[in-house]
Amino acid sequence: MEQFAPKATIMDADAMRRAMTRIAHEICEHNEGAEGIGLVGIVSRGMPLARILAAEIAEIEGTRPPVGQLDISFYRDDIGRHIAPVRHSTNIPFSVSNTDVILVDDVLYTGRTVRSALDALMDLGRPRSVQLAVMVDRGHRELPIRADYVGKNVPSSRTEDVRVHLKDVDGENSVTIWDIRSTKGGEA
Amino acid sequence: MLSVRHLIDTTSLTADDITQILDTARSFAEINGRKGIKKVPALRGRTIVNLFLEPSTRTRSSFELAEKRLSADTLNMGGSTSSVVKGESLADTIQTIDAMNVDMFVVRARFAGTPQKVTENTDAIVINAGDGKHQHPTQAMLDLYTIREHFGHLDGLKVAIVGDLAHSRVCGSLAPALKTMGADVTLVAPPTFQVGDASWYGCNQTNHLDDVIEDMDVVYMLRVQLERMEGAAIPSRREYNRLYGLSLEREARMKPEAIICHPGPMNRGMEIDAEVADCARSRILDQVTAGVATRMAEMYLLLGGENNGIHN
Repeated sequence: MEQFAPKATIMDADAMRRAMTRIAHEICEHNEGAEGIGLVGIVSRGMPLARILAAEIAEIEGTRPPVGQLDISFYRDDIGRHIAPVRHSTNIPFSVSNTDVILVDDVLYTGRTVRSALDALMDLGRPRSVQLAVMVDRGHRELPIRADYVGKNVPSSRTEDVRVHLKDVDGENSVTIWDIRSTKGGEA
Repeated sequence: MLSVRHLIDTTSLTADDITQILDTARSFAEINGRKGIKKVPALRGRTIVNLFLEPSTRTRSSFELAEKRLSADTLNMGGSTSSVVKGESLADTIQTIDAMNVDMFVVRARFAGTPQKVTENTDAIVINAGDGKHQHPTQAMLDLYTIREHFGHLDGLKVAIVGDLAHSRVCGSLAPALKTMGADVTLVAPPTFQVGDASWYGCNQTNHLDDVIEDMDVVYMLRVQLERMEGAAIPSRREYNRLYGLSLEREARMKPEAIICHPGPMNRGMEIDAEVADCARSRILDQVTAGVATRMAEMYLLLGGENNGIHN
């Protein structure tokens, strides 16, 4: 089994709050308001982040954009390597067609999750545009994908793990970096 | 990850296995109910053979739809078109198909034990789609799903299974699965239709529907299988309907929240009256809807993981 050792805290709760406020402003600026946008959080940590962003946008613009959640289990490209029972469903309470969809996730890494999310999203309708917001971009992309809104760029090594902790899920808001000493090897 | 490699019976499934299937099925139900594309690429590139050696309409179409919505490639083989009728043995048929590198067999058969036999002749995963009077595990999963969606849980529920228990593979799968999930099962049948063993899976047994109907959360009516009955095990259609049929009068005595299930196809006017089949308590069409989602979950969980033949 994998053994993890914590190394450093990259963002604390205040830093995350400021980053979310900034991203909310950037979203409003880029889309000229909050009209016609919808936030879609990728299961599982993208969802609480999307809710926080929606609240921030409501503060700025006075309208709260709708929030949905997207489960990408059935769209993954690594099926056959590992599988887990699916405990979350896709639940998007607005039409993605003709909407500017802001995909929200915690960490952008290889880009494969976002690729799956784009496929899943396209099966639900035809968004006017899709933009990507992440708390952390840690590099090492394996696909031509980039984020439109980034909380923090964190240069990392493949032998490290970057984790976003959220109050709703983990009891506190923070971003930490960990050394992975894996006995399995190979799995990135 | 399920604890079994094949889905042959429900007696091999743990409570955790069943919960995984039902939870995963909920996600597939969302896909089946959406307005956009009712299809996911989860089993793209996998080949599934539907080997139906006994006539079947709803189970077969449910499986085919489930496979298409998972993006699997499928091959349909029926009794009348396959070489089995030309005298080829089942083992030879399976080995021949197996040599073409398929990933899964879905097997419906007239004789109990056929799906198990198939597992001995292939490296592919096997799902039992009903074998003789033995088991019909995918029916049991869709029944459990339907009941759990209504009540939110299965443990502690009182479920009556009514009808031709001795001939019923539906009962053979449903009763043990309900017991595994902590439900209280009562088997209701005329003496000639009861299961032989008085302590069968710890289920209560009675010959009188009227004694128990007011106490039940779920009344599950089985089809009287006229085609499986040679000789008269029951006196007449009318007599059976009078003693064991679910009439409007009996329906009115059920608990306010109680529901009615039936695996179909129904003999309206025999085990269930026409008005009852269409009443507000009836979950019969929900069961059909649940069939696609639960079969998707079973195929996904059995084929999607390390459990499949490719990675072993």
